[in-house]
This record gives sequence, C-alpha cells and structure tokens, in this order.
Amino acid sequence: MKHAHQNQCLDRTERNCSEDTAKKLSTIFLKYRKDKDDLLSILQDIQDEFGYLSEEAIHLLSKEIRISENEIYGVATFYAIFRFEKPAEHRITVCMGTACYVNGADKILDEAEQKLGIKTGQTTEDGKISIGHVFCNGCCGHAPVVVVDNEVSGGWTPTKLDKTIDKLKEGSP
Amino acid sequence: MNEAAWSGAKETWKALKDSERPVIYLGVASCGRAAGALAVKGAIQSQLKSRSIDARIVDVGCIGPCFMEPLVYIQLPGGPPVVYANVTVAEASRLVDEVIDGGAHITERAIGVLADAPMWGLPRFFDHPMLAPQVRLVLRNCGLIDPTSIEHYLAMDGYLGLKNALAKTPEQVIEEVAASGLRGRGGAGFSTGMKWKLCRDAPGDVKYLICNADEGNPGTFVNRTLLEGDPHAVLEGMVIAAYAIGASLGFIYIRHEYPLVREYIHKATLDMRRIGLLGDNIMDSGFDFDIQIRTGALAFVCGEETALMASVMGHRGMPKPRPPFPATSGLWGKPTNINNTETMGTVPLVLRMGGASYAKYGIKGSSGTKTFSLGGKVRNTGCIEVPMGTPLRNIVFDIGGGVAKGKSFKAVQTGGPSGGCVPSSLIDTGVDYEKLTNLGAIMGSGGLIVMDEDTCMVDMARYFLSFTQDESCGKCVPCRIGTKRMLEILERITQGEGDVDDILRLEGLCETINKGSLCGLGQTAPNPILTTLRYFRNEYDAHIIEKRCPARTCKALMRFEILAEKCTGCDDCRGICAPGAISGEPGIPHAIDQSKCTKCGVCQDVCPPKNSAVARMDNVDREADQ
Ligand SMILES: Cc1cc2nc3c(=O)[nH]c(=O)nc-3n(C[C@H](O)[C@H](O)[C@H](O)COP(=O)(O)O)c2cc1C
Ligand code: FES
Repeated sequence: MKHAHQNQCLDRTERNCSEDTAKKLSTIFLKYRKDKDDLLSILQDIQDEFGYLSEEAIHLLSKEIRISENEIYGVATFYAIFRFEKPAEHRITVCMGTACYVNGADKILDEAEQKLGIKTGQTTEDGKISIGHVFCNGCCGHAPVVVVDNEVSGGWTPTKLDKTIDKLKEGSP
Repeated sequence: MNEAAWSGAKETWKALKDSERPVIYLGVASCGRAAGALAVKGAIQSQLKSRSIDARIVDVGCIGPCFMEPLVYIQLPGGPPVVYANVTVAEASRLVDEVIDGGAHITERAIGVLADAPMWGLPRFFDHPMLAPQVRLVLRNCGLIDPTSIEHYLAMDGYLGLKNALAKTPEQVIEEVAASGLRGRGGAGFSTGMKWKLCRDAPGDVKYLICNADEGNPGTFVNRTLLEGDPHAVLEGMVIAAYAIGASLGFIYIRHEYPLVREYIHKATLDMRRIGLLGDNIMDSGFDFDIQIRTGALAFVCGEETALMASVMGHRGMPKPRPPFPATSGLWGKPTNINNTETMGTVPLVLRMGGASYAKYGIKGSSGTKTFSLGGKVRNTGCIEVPMGTPLRNIVFDIGGGVAKGKSFKAVQTGGPSGGCVPSSLIDTGVDYEKLTNLGAIMGSGGLIVMDEDTCMVDMARYFLSFTQDESCGKCVPCRIGTKRMLEILERITQGEGDVDDILRLEGLCETINKGSLCGLGQTAPNPILTTLRYFRNEYDAHIIEKRCPARTCKALMRFEILAEKCTGCDDCRGICAPGAISGEPGIPHAIDQSKCTKCGVCQDVCPPKNSAVARMDNVDREADQ
C-alpha cells in the first residue's frame, strides 16, 4: 500500500522528467552556499517544490554539495517531515495533539482508518488518499482539528470526516 | 530611523481610527483561519464589491478568545470598533448590508465595543468574563494591530525599548533585565538576565543568538499567538538581547506547522532592514546585527536547546550532554544565547517600563505575567495572559468559564508531555515556577489542558508516553528503551491486562529514566505517570484490579449500549454505524451487537441529545450480567 505506487522519476527511461527536476533543483541550489550547514534548509525547499525527496533529487543534491547520499539520508530520515515517495493526491492529517485527543481525535482517526481500510501513515491502493497524524497544529481552541491537504480546520466529528472522504473519493473536495 | 518614524506611525494609526471609510478588522491568525476566517473575509470582500462600498479591511491576529472565532470588528466613521463573534459566511453579507451600508450596528448580535467605556448598550469587549481578569502585557497588541505593518507596531511605541537599550551599555541592559526578575518562559525558568550575562562574559568575538519558536508541546499555542499577532515584539526583543550579549547574527527557529509565522517574520525582517532596525549600524548606534529564519522539520526534540542548535546547523537534531552550555559553546562552537519566544517578546517591555516596574507584576520569585493556551474540555478556549501567581481555579473557572457541556472538572494538565496533571483538590494553587514543580507538574511553556469526568487519567499517561516514545531521538538508552517499556505497561493496564506489580515496575522505570536520560525529553518523560499515580491512583487500581475504566473511555474495558427506555427508534445511528453493528426498525428501540461493535462512538455522537439513548457502560457489568 505505502509502497504500491512507484515514483515515475525513478524510471530511468523517463529522461524528460529528470531534466525538469534538474532545472528546478538548480534554482533551489542557487539560493544557498554549497555548504553542509544548509542541508536541512535545502531538503525542506526540495520537498516544498516536489512534495517529497526523490532518489534522483538526493543524488543530484549529493553531487552538488559534495556530501554522500548516506549522510543526506541520515539527516533526512531524522526529521519526520520528509517523505521519500510521491504523496497521495489527497492527504488527511488528523491532529493527535493533547487538546484534540481529549476531544476525541482518536475516534476521528479510527473512522478514517476504518473507512479507507488503511492505517495511519498509509495511502490507498489507488494512490488517492493518505492518512497521517500530527501532534498539534497550534489551533487547539478549535479541537478536534484535521488538516485536509493543506487546509487546517476545526470542529471535526467522525461523521463529518466520513462525508469529506466521500467527497474526496468523488474528486470534488 | 529617527523620531519622525514614530510620529509618522502615530499619525497613520490615528488616521485609521478616524477613518472616513468604514474599517473592518478581521482576525486571520491560524486559529481564526481554522474557524473559517478566510471564507468570511472572502464573503465580506465580494459583498462590498457587489454593492460598490468603499471600506477598508485590516487583517489582525488573535485577541485571545479562539472560541469566538471567526472574529470581526467593524468600525463605522466616528465610532469605535464593535466586535462580532462566531461570524459565519452567511452572516457576512448581512453585516455588510446592515452595518456597513446601513450605518448602524446590530447591537443584539454584537458582543462588545473596543472602547474605554460601554456604548450603545454594549459592554467593553475587554470586560468580557474571559478578558476582564487578564493582564495583557506581552499580548497587548495581539488582535489589535496589523501584524504585517511595522508602522502599527511603531505607533504602539514599538522599538522604544530598543532605543532605550542602545542608549545604555550592554551591561546596563543586562542589569535592567536582571532587575525585572524575568525568568525563561520556555519551561525551565532560568533567570534571563543571568543567562545573558553568562553569554556576554564568555570569551569569544563571535557570538550567536537564537529565538526558540519551535513550540513543540502539543496543546500549546502561546508562541504562535504572539508571533502571528505581534511579530515585531519578538524581533525587537531579539535585537535587544543581541546587543546585550554582543551577538552579530541571530536565528529564529520556527516550528514547521506554523507557515503563517514564517510569512509574517519574513515580512517583518524585510521591513526592519528597510528602516535600519536590522543590518549595519542599527538606529545609528554602531551596532550591527541580522536575523536569519530557520524552519523546524517535525521533531519535538529540536525544541531542546542543544538539539535545536544541531538542527540550525543543518544536522540531525540530536541533543548533546551539557556542559559545555550554549553560553560558552553553542552554534559552531561559539557562545550562543537561546531564549523562548515569549521571553524575547517580554524584553522590549522591560526596557521600556524599566526592570523594577516590570517586577511589580506577579509575585516574588516569579515576576511578571505568563501566557497560557487554554484547551481541552474547557468552555472558553484560547490564549490568555495572567500575572504569575494567579490561582489555576481563576484561570479554569473564571477566564475559562469552567468545563464545557455541563460535565464535572477532573484535572488540568500543565507543561505538556514533560508536565503533570493537577487534580481538582489542588486547583487553588497559583501558577508560579516553584509551586507547580512541587506538585509534580511544571510551568512549561504555557499549555493548559482541562480534563473532565470523561477523561481517563491512566489513558492520558499512556497518551503522553506514546508521544515521548515516538519523539525520543534514540540517542540515549534510558529514554529510547525506557519510554517504550513504560508505554507497554500502560498499554497493558488500559487494556485490562495489567497486574499489581505493574505499578512498582512503572515507578522503578520512572526513576531510572529521570536520572539516566541525556536531555530534558527523557528526564521529564515520567512526569505524566508520576502525577497521575500520585493523584489518581484509584484509577490505576480500578483498571488493574477491577478491570474497570472509571471514565469508561478505555475501549477494552467499556462498551456502548442503547437504552431501550430512551431510544425512540429514530434510526439516525443504524445507517451511520460503519461495521453494521446496530439493528432495529424505525420507531422501535435499537440494539448493538457487541461482537461487531468497534466502539468508535459514532452512534453516541449522532444520537439526538433529547434522547441521549446511547450509554457507555463498564464491561465488567456485562460479564456479571451473563
Ligand atoms: C524536549 C524539549 C523540548 C523543548 N521544547 C521547547 C520549545 O518548544 N520552546 C522553547 O522555548 N523551549 C523548549 N525547550 C526548552 C529549551 O531547551 C530552552 O530551555 C529554552 O528555549 C530556553 O529559553 P528560556 O530561557 O527563554 O526559557 C524544550 C526542552 C526540551 C528538553
Ligand atoms: S492539539 Fe490539535 S491543534 Fe493543538
């Protein structure tokens, strides 16, 4: 499930994709000195641009700043924010921070898992919807909070999430 | 940057207040947005446009009461802003039509005026029960000024503290801060003046400054409120701190989940550079300093100072043993001073009013005010500020309005996963560093989560341990393995599989992990367990001995039942039950098939309140029934 969809850029026959990637990457590299100290910031920029860190991007970065790929993975895997696979089309992120948990966030997460038949951290077979959780979005006054794609909103119930998932499945968010 | 900057800013502010055009202030901080503020803003804009009304819209941060969001204040020419709370998209056009176009406030819909005295039969907004007991020093501008406008900040006497500081020697600045009694607001409560002095006195030409805006404690949003409401206050504090310790470069490390903070801080630093408040020769004093922004990447441990510094330098955010302390060897081995966002935000005030005047707020040993974020099962959620020493009772019951939905109060949790739960019997304790530490809770960075009768305290301990276990960086063994063992025991207990020795095992582990861990994450990880054991031992015993969860929240120990005498057979629950566990015909009481029920509780959510036919029961009753 999580590994079900392969990132197309890895397919070495798709050179067009690589060229495009290289161009976008060099724009990012220009913003920085070629310095190890910038590694985290560069990785963040790459993920902002592409939505994840592809093997290809890490390979090019390694050549650019002369740090081994291993070392780059060492830093990237430490931080929970980094993804190494193409993200799902829609991402449901349930807040499991204290204020949300006390207000029943676990029930909302359960609902998402049951309804989609996947666990938190996984993506549906068709690559359409993924479920994740975070520990607090800083909007605790509106608990329980859910982030759908990039939009943070409050006052969720399992029933409301159920309907939202139906809409996402239909493709009209 | 000269006197004219302040007088010009004051004129701009006055022109806004005396505007001939109606002015609409919109609370668009992240919390407002989560409540739908941007949709309300869009609706207001389009209605203004369709009616060709010339009005001005000013974005402001959050004034504090998140539960009132979206908040809109409307200022008609010649009058003060009138506050409308919980504005919906549907109401937005009505406000435009009746208030802005019609020229008269809907007083029965408004909740207060932002004025010195009541008006039109409306109370002062700041007399609202949630706001009246507060003392707003740090948050004074939040929700009142446009956070993206440096002029608004200057009009509120912003950067006067910096001006005062630059007229003093760095040593005098440090003395002033020491005299204020200010202690770090990031958790440990170390004296800010002393910390600065250590860094100032450390040998070295190059020194660094860090503002910790990582705010990683779940359920805490005080730093966000300040940074989104009044970003310049924090930045001014950073420049003052840098001058005091002799730093030439500073970093603000912003939590990843706070993109709006990043945007505001970026804009603010550009404005500062433009008018000479950052860069070379700040305010013509000969002092040079600049600030860079760093973004966190979802690692709680990076709030810890040594881990944060590793992260600023682009590495894995692993903590390091101290000493050496950052004050002598921090970023790139140079003396580094690190302070919390609220600490920084307080500094300009100290330099403006003088340390001695600031020390008059609060109590001896814990001076000044502290911001808290109120959340959980409390009625009035939001960000508040009170003098140190204010009893928790006043915070929860007066400011917070007590427990929501008529339930009874059980505990208030302070300090997040490093803190503890304060039971109702100790609710008269005042908030100060030492008193809270004595209770086994801690001041922490300001998260206050209220828990009611439906919260299981054993499950809360399990919840916090699942957090710390997840966030442990794995460097030291006591934290990595210890948190896992404690979590396993707590999971067992909440599943009804605990045995009497588990308490002893927990206590032993708590001690080992507290003593043996490398950084504060592990050292404080036992606190949620220790305080719940201390104040809610009966709940542990109930789980272990009676196999019963008194709050009826631990799934393995409870079940849902439909009460036949209350169920009207409205059929709302049957269709929504995902596993299809509910049977029954419309008009006839329904029933739950326990073998199919996953205990998601959706049936209870949808059961009409007038029926309240779904009840949570102990599982032991059921076994006894059979
Ligand atoms: C695991 C852990 C997480 C922390 N998270 C934060 C945080 O999010 N914000 C913060 O200001 N301090 C945090 N701290 C405390 C910092 O290490 C440091 O003491 C603080 O930033 C110093 O600032 P102050 O003296 O102004 O309080 C954390 C400490 C630990 C051990
Ligand atoms: S706990 Fe969910 S937003 Fe803070």
